[in-house]
Amino acid sequence: QFQLAVPVAVVFSPGSVPGDLPRPLPFRDVQEMEIPVNLRTTVTTRYETIYRSTTAQEEAALEAATAREADAALHPLQDASLGSLTLYVVPETSSLLPQGISVYVGKHRSALVRAGGGLAALRARLQQLTQVMSFTVSSITAALSDRVPNGQLSPDARRHLKSSLGYEITFSLLNPDPKSHAVDWDIEDAVNRYVQPVLDKLSLVANFSVDSQILYYAVLGVTPRFDKESSSFLLSAHSLPHVINPVEARLGSSAASLYPVLNFLLYVPERSHSPLYIQDKDGAPASTNAFHSPRWGGIMVYNVEAPASPQASLPLHVEVDMVRVMEVFLAQLRLLFGLSREELPPEFLLESPGNEGLADWELDRLLWAHTVENIATVSTTLTSLAQLLDKIGNIVIKDDVASEVYRAVASAQSAVAELAVGHLHSAFQASKEAVTSSERAFFDPSLLHLLYFPDDQKFAIYIPLFLPMAVPILLSLAKIVRETRQRKKEPTKVD
Amino acid sequence: GGMLAAAVLLLLVAAGPGLVPVRAGRDALREELLLSPLPDGDVAATFQFRTRWDADLQRGAVSHYRLFPKALGRLVAALGVRELHLALTQGFWRTRVWGQPPLQAPAGAELWVWFQPTVTDVDKAWEELSNILSGIFCASLNFIDSTNTVTPTASFKPLGLANGTDHHLLRYAVLPREVVCTENLTPWKKLLPCGSKAGLAVLLKAERLFHSSYHSQAVHIRPICRDASCLAVSWELRQTLTVVFDTFSSGQGKKDWSLFKMFSRTLTDACPLASQSKVYVDISPKNKEKELLEVTPPPTSVHEAIVQGDKRTYAVYDLLSPSLFNTSRSLNVQLKWKRPQDSSDLPTPILHAQRYVSGYGLQTGEISTLIYNTHPYRAFPVILLETVPWYLRLYVHTLTIITKGKENKPSYIHYQPAQDRRRPHLLEMLIQLPANSVTKITIQFERALLKWTEYTPDPNHGFYVSSSVLSALVPSVIAMKDVDVEQSPLFTSLFPSSDGSSYFVRLYTEPLLVNLPTPDFSMPYNVICLTCTVVAVCYGSFYNLLTRTFHVEEPSRGGLAKRLANIIRKFRGVPPL
Repeated sequence: QFQLAVPVAVVFSPGSVPGDLPRPLPFRDVQEMEIPVNLRTTVTTRYETIYRSTTAQEEAALEAATAREADAALHPLQDASLGSLTLYVVPETSSLLPQGISVYVGKHRSALVRAGGGLAALRARLQQLTQVMSFTVSSITAALSDRVPNGQLSPDARRHLKSSLGYEITFSLLNPDPKSHAVDWDIEDAVNRYVQPVLDKLSLVANFSVDSQILYYAVLGVTPRFDKESSSFLLSAHSLPHVINPVEARLGSSAASLYPVLNFLLYVPERSHSPLYIQDKDGAPASTNAFHSPRWGGIMVYNVEAPASPQASLPLHVEVDMVRVMEVFLAQLRLLFGLSREELPPEFLLESPGNEGLADWELDRLLWAHTVENIATVSTTLTSLAQLLDKIGNIVIKDDVASEVYRAVASAQSAVAELAVGHLHSAFQASKEAVTSSERAFFDPSLLHLLYFPDDQKFAIYIPLFLPMAVPILLSLAKIVRETRQRKKEPTKVD
Repeated sequence: GGMLAAAVLLLLVAAGPGLVPVRAGRDALREELLLSPLPDGDVAATFQFRTRWDADLQRGAVSHYRLFPKALGRLVAALGVRELHLALTQGFWRTRVWGQPPLQAPAGAELWVWFQPTVTDVDKAWEELSNILSGIFCASLNFIDSTNTVTPTASFKPLGLANGTDHHLLRYAVLPREVVCTENLTPWKKLLPCGSKAGLAVLLKAERLFHSSYHSQAVHIRPICRDASCLAVSWELRQTLTVVFDTFSSGQGKKDWSLFKMFSRTLTDACPLASQSKVYVDISPKNKEKELLEVTPPPTSVHEAIVQGDKRTYAVYDLLSPSLFNTSRSLNVQLKWKRPQDSSDLPTPILHAQRYVSGYGLQTGEISTLIYNTHPYRAFPVILLETVPWYLRLYVHTLTIITKGKENKPSYIHYQPAQDRRRPHLLEMLIQLPANSVTKITIQFERALLKWTEYTPDPNHGFYVSSSVLSALVPSVIAMKDVDVEQSPLFTSLFPSSDGSSYFVRLYTEPLLVNLPTPDFSMPYNVICLTCTVVAVCYGSFYNLLTRTFHVEEPSRGGLAKRLANIIRKFRGVPPL
């Protein structure tokens, strides 16, 4: 039932216009694609494309020396609204793009494409590019993962966090052996420097709160295996699922909010178990010495070098190298939000997002997926609410609950409508409101179904009435049956 | 300034050998265990764990916790809490026999909180806070609502730093029915930086702690001055746990005890994160007879202090001093009495109280409180706080306060009447207690009828009325010196002492158990059963009557009825049937 519209502008620079254009520039074109989710749901995507040639300003910007400079110069000239894409086609011989690269994706919502090979080849390339920069079949099915039949989903899709109005990010330093290691980390500075820019960018998607703690005597649930060859301790991949549970008990629940928590743990192994390395499935040590748990967070093992002299006084003072740690945690954070860069053909070149940690189009990707997921969540919530009402006929729906339901429906409808015309930002806002209203209605305390007597119990109370009343009725029924049988027999006797 | 900082750093390094604090003074942990033999042979053990954090919890969106537990820190920051005191207690501290407690708490759960003046809706914050705390401590604190919450005006002053004591920011509630057990101890232990893995906390073994006469665990959070000039605020978290062991009956009539006998563990090390870790044993000579008892191993030092108006001597074991674990790997403090102590003359504490409910029948009753002042020549005032649930309707005109046969007029009374199903009675009085006297306070009440849904499970057990609270500045026999809070033992430094001549005492009386008229809850079902049966039987015969087909039968000789009728007819002269 969904329709997603992506406004795309394809801008041809002089000398790049393919010969076999159907109409003279500028012209409009609409392409539709169907994504089947399950038997009942399909998502229709419309790429509303405008083909035009460059303006004088854009031409000037494209004359920059490198693709990065051109990207920066083009940014102020573009349509800045969320979700819209501008693709510049440059001549085949352009020196803007390095050798062997035919597509360059910038930091914002634009890309440079090398012309060549006629309109059909260009179209195929453009389509691939728009999918990378907006959404792909797999990202939409991952967002609708609740409705996709099991087995059709890639394991990747299960990794992403559910869309929520807010997230809590907790960094925990686990020091199981404070007697030998006095570990200290400058988390405050590291958060401000590496995490906060990303979260500022993501603040459009959800509210984030960050905190950190140090837990002492917190141990992993698995005893690592000693490896004689490398004289180190190893945690094999298949034992990792058992690592988290005992730690989780110490992490402390987020009593003060209802948002999902993302945990990032830095584990400094105890002296008798270090150095500790994580083995992947093939038995090779993982290069980052870290792993992540889908929808939960990540754990990194941080080994402390043994002191040079064995007589060094304990505890050993350790200052954590936060750059190394944050690199891993940020990569895990991106992974949990489904922002991992997918496998792309080698002719694609992605600009690194730099200090912000997130390119504009990646934010758009997230917004597309979350909007679709939010709308799906609202419809699921309201459907189960309706099912509850069907099951318990005499439930009382208060006026405020009813108005929340109306508001949720209206917001969801407007989100769907905005998506169909390609207004990503307003669609996302509407879908957020719809989620808030529907959750508020669904979790209203007056709808607790235990408050209502099930009908079978009411019947049980009246058993003392029904049972003695049933006795004469049943007896007389039996009597009637007996009499009709006799009456049937009697005529034969008379005859 | 630099010199001082260096000195502080040096001191810290000296205090904790091997422990090098990276940011000196950002947060510090002190742990302490006080073992005091009680007059009747029991032993009280008071654990105190104090985390001091030199940071302002109220500000800063990003919070980074080290020793201070994150769960509580976030709570304080999110809800605008200025001071939080939560106590979970099983049993009752018998003040008359055991003497003045270092920290007493009423039976059940007690929570009192001062909020910041910036909090606009205090009631909402209070409700949210009690719900979150009930989640953290696995206690039924979520049953705190307006029917058991009061705002005392005089009894509970902030213990920490406070500018302005607008009592509208205070909330106080007691749940006397709350049962404290292992599930409350585990989350409490989890808040300690070392958990129960190292330091004094290894002694906290649930099966021993709850095999005791009295168990009280508490959490106190308050802002304190960072230094003497008091320009910046530090936050203090105190986790206290008091247990009273009955060593007399478990030790075959001997009053000797040891750590191992009480906790079935011994101490092997200090918590590596603690900057101070000490065990104090109260060895004060009683009745001027010296050297009655003997502690082994020999203590590292002896500390003398004036605690609650009494000169006390403590044997101190410093777990951080390297000499302590030189001879043996573990510390098992033992105490032996040199000769049996006669327990006939127990020293009575200067202030103690008792409370009971009297009267007969299920309509009216009377609450009586007896407050004793045993000081030979000094009178002092005491603030009494009574919180009575709404279903006991107090008759305020029957309030009488009698001392030595004469009426004693309180100098301050604050009374807030109850509203049915909305708030409890609150009665606060400032009463002057003459020297060597007993003051009897009585008030009559009427029992209200509850709706059937308001009865607790097992209503025939009765309804609890929470302990009343006595707060007093008790005159001290010995003049007290002003001591530095940071240096003195923890058990002396929770309540601030106002001046040298008196000390602060807060006492709780016994909770009351009152029977309310309780209906027979199976009655509705019985009525349903009975009426249904009657209706069904009627229905049966009626149905029979309607559906039965009547046949004419050959009359036989007739039954008893016919014969009777014929006899009557004969008398009347009518022909028989």
